[in-house]
Amino acid sequence: MSLISADNIQKDYKTGEVTVRALKGVSFEIAPASFVSFVGPSGSGKTTLLNLIGCLDKPSSGKLTVADTDVIHLDRKQSASFRGSNIGFIFQDFNLIPVLTVYENIEYPLLMVQSVPAGEREKRVAALLEAVGMIDQKNKYPDQISGGQKQRVAVARALVTNPKLVLADEPTANLDHKTAYMVIELMKKMRDEFKTTFIFSTHDQKIVGEAEIIYMLEDGELKGMETKGGKKNG
Amino acid sequence: MGNLFKIAIRNLLRYKRRTLLTASLITVGVVFVLVFISVTGSFKNMMIGQITDSMLGHMQVHRKGYVASIENLPLNLNLRQEDVKQLEDMLNKQAEIEAYSLRIKFGGMFSNFVETTNIRLNGVYPDKELKSVPLLAGRVTEGKKTLDKGGIWIPELLSKGMKVKVGDAIVVVATNKDGSVNGKQLIVAGVLESATGPGGRDGYIHIEDAMEILRMEGMEISEIAIRLKDFGRLNAFSKKLEALISKELNQPDKPIFELHTWEKLTPFYTIANMIDVMTFFIKLMLIAIVLISIMNVMIMAVYERIREIGTIAAIGTLPGKILNMFVIEGFCLGIVGAAIGNVAGIAIIYTLNLLKITYNFGQQKGLILQANVYFYDLIVISATVIIVSVIASLQPAFKASRMEPIKALRHV
Ligand SMILES: Nc1ncnc2c1ncn2[C@@H]1O[C@H](COP(=O)(O)OP(=O)(O)OP(=O)(O)O)[C@@H](O)[C@H]1O
Ligand SMILES: [Mg+2]
Repeated sequence: MSLISADNIQKDYKTGEVTVRALKGVSFEIAPASFVSFVGPSGSGKTTLLNLIGCLDKPSSGKLTVADTDVIHLDRKQSASFRGSNIGFIFQDFNLIPVLTVYENIEYPLLMVQSVPAGEREKRVAALLEAVGMIDQKNKYPDQISGGQKQRVAVARALVTNPKLVLADEPTANLDHKTAYMVIELMKKMRDEFKTTFIFSTHDQKIVGEAEIIYMLEDGELKGMETKGGKKNG
Repeated sequence: MGNLFKIAIRNLLRYKRRTLLTASLITVGVVFVLVFISVTGSFKNMMIGQITDSMLGHMQVHRKGYVASIENLPLNLNLRQEDVKQLEDMLNKQAEIEAYSLRIKFGGMFSNFVETTNIRLNGVYPDKELKSVPLLAGRVTEGKKTLDKGGIWIPELLSKGMKVKVGDAIVVVATNKDGSVNGKQLIVAGVLESATGPGGRDGYIHIEDAMEILRMEGMEISEIAIRLKDFGRLNAFSKKLEALISKELNQPDKPIFELHTWEKLTPFYTIANMIDVMTFFIKLMLIAIVLISIMNVMIMAVYERIREIGTIAAIGTLPGKILNMFVIEGFCLGIVGAAIGNVAGIAIIYTLNLLKITYNFGQQKGLILQANVYFYDLIVISATVIIVSVIASLQPAFKASRMEPIKALRHV
């Protein structure tokens, strides 16, 4: 049984008179607890696709189910609740809330998106602070820590609600190579620990190698798929 | 909820200078309104107090039609004895009434045997009159503060102009209802400081002397001045009394009595009204200040935080929560402005009172400014500021809550 199933999805962007077809009929299935990467040149549709999977946008046509939910027919509020309970997000620019400490940033989804009781909250935040190695920085504010540390906090924030899926659009683009590598390793470790599916996009070739399943996107179409240990053409 | 407040307050502290500026603007507005309200309010209360307590009383009853020609003090529009009796029976039953005073008002000639001039006189029962207009006793600057039969309290101007002193004999001459003339010699018992307003330069004699001068068979009363225990209940009680009079005493085809509150009897009511109108406009200005400054700050806050809004919306924060987040921010700003404004306003008013600023009101010189802050005003002003702050934040907050997360996230 797959966690995500995309069937011939298309996405058109209309800007005035011009319509850009960013995705031209993309189909794939992703199983639970996978570690997946979408790669491709700039403009190939990676962000577009991740936004669709993340319920932040709707495809123009095609079928898309995430965690057994037909996400195309959710309204604004339903989409928000669905994201809040099923999906974690990691952003290229980290996007931590500047007025909250490391601890409070990780706690935020439990407090403001879900309503997890205090005891449980403390336990989960502590576990994730430990897991991402930020426990001694927990009272610092985002502007007091490095980029790599911010992204580790973001990973913890994405995971704190125990989502089925974590989406990361270019999570390492703003990090130096070594830090980028460490963040990807951390994500993989988290996948092993929490059995969460991770999907990230990147054009950093060395980082791509860390994924277990790699989808190649080009000009809005899936051009191939690679799994660790072999290469399949799609 | 607590968490929303934490986030709101930290966001306010994030832009300290801007928050400070906005809060100070609101503070200045609140202080201004408070000081204005308390100073004009104290002036207004003093003015009303002076007028009602030194001659008018809180309300008056006359024979129907008397007030329309009150300037002439018409003797043929006096109330008949049996009508007064009925009215008194009713007034005696009203628990709200502190005191009332029967007056015979008439115009006459005042002579010191050398010169003669005009005078307006009130024939009263002195004890009842002093209870109904308690400041009257204080206006007696020379002589006794009691008035016996055969005595007269004369206005200060008359005393100076005619060179009459306490203890001097004078003659009062008046035209009677039938057109004949009668006079009586009286002894000056006291000199009255003038008061501002109609009746402020009247003289007072005993009601029985008045009856004698006017050669009345039975007592005919020009007006009944009523003082209430609680001035604040004036409107409610005047309605009640009006209804009682029209139901029980006034005949349907030919009404006997008319009732007026002080407002209808003195031009100073217009001034009191103007003070209220000015207060209203000052409050309106405060509302405008709060509305514009809070809205301005919240629009900026939303604009600056578009990416943050995108982030929290993407990770599943519901629109309603985002709306609350910004509304609470405006609410907190309003509370801070109102709180500091109240404290500063009270401090300034307290200082004004310490300075013992004096001012004049008509003939009354050197009245000390006694500005009061009422808890009620503090509550109303604070509530206004806070409610307006919330209203001003609603539009920007709503905009924030409706943002599409992907658009907001892409915002640079
Ligand atoms: N909001 C939009 N309006 C119009 N066109 C858009 C919009 N977003 C993306 N596109 C277009 O859709 C195509 C795919 O864009 P997308 O951002 O998904 O690419 P990407 O693979 O993420 O690129 P990059 O690696 O540069 O981030 C591009 O041609 C882009 O110009
Ligand atoms: Mg992209």
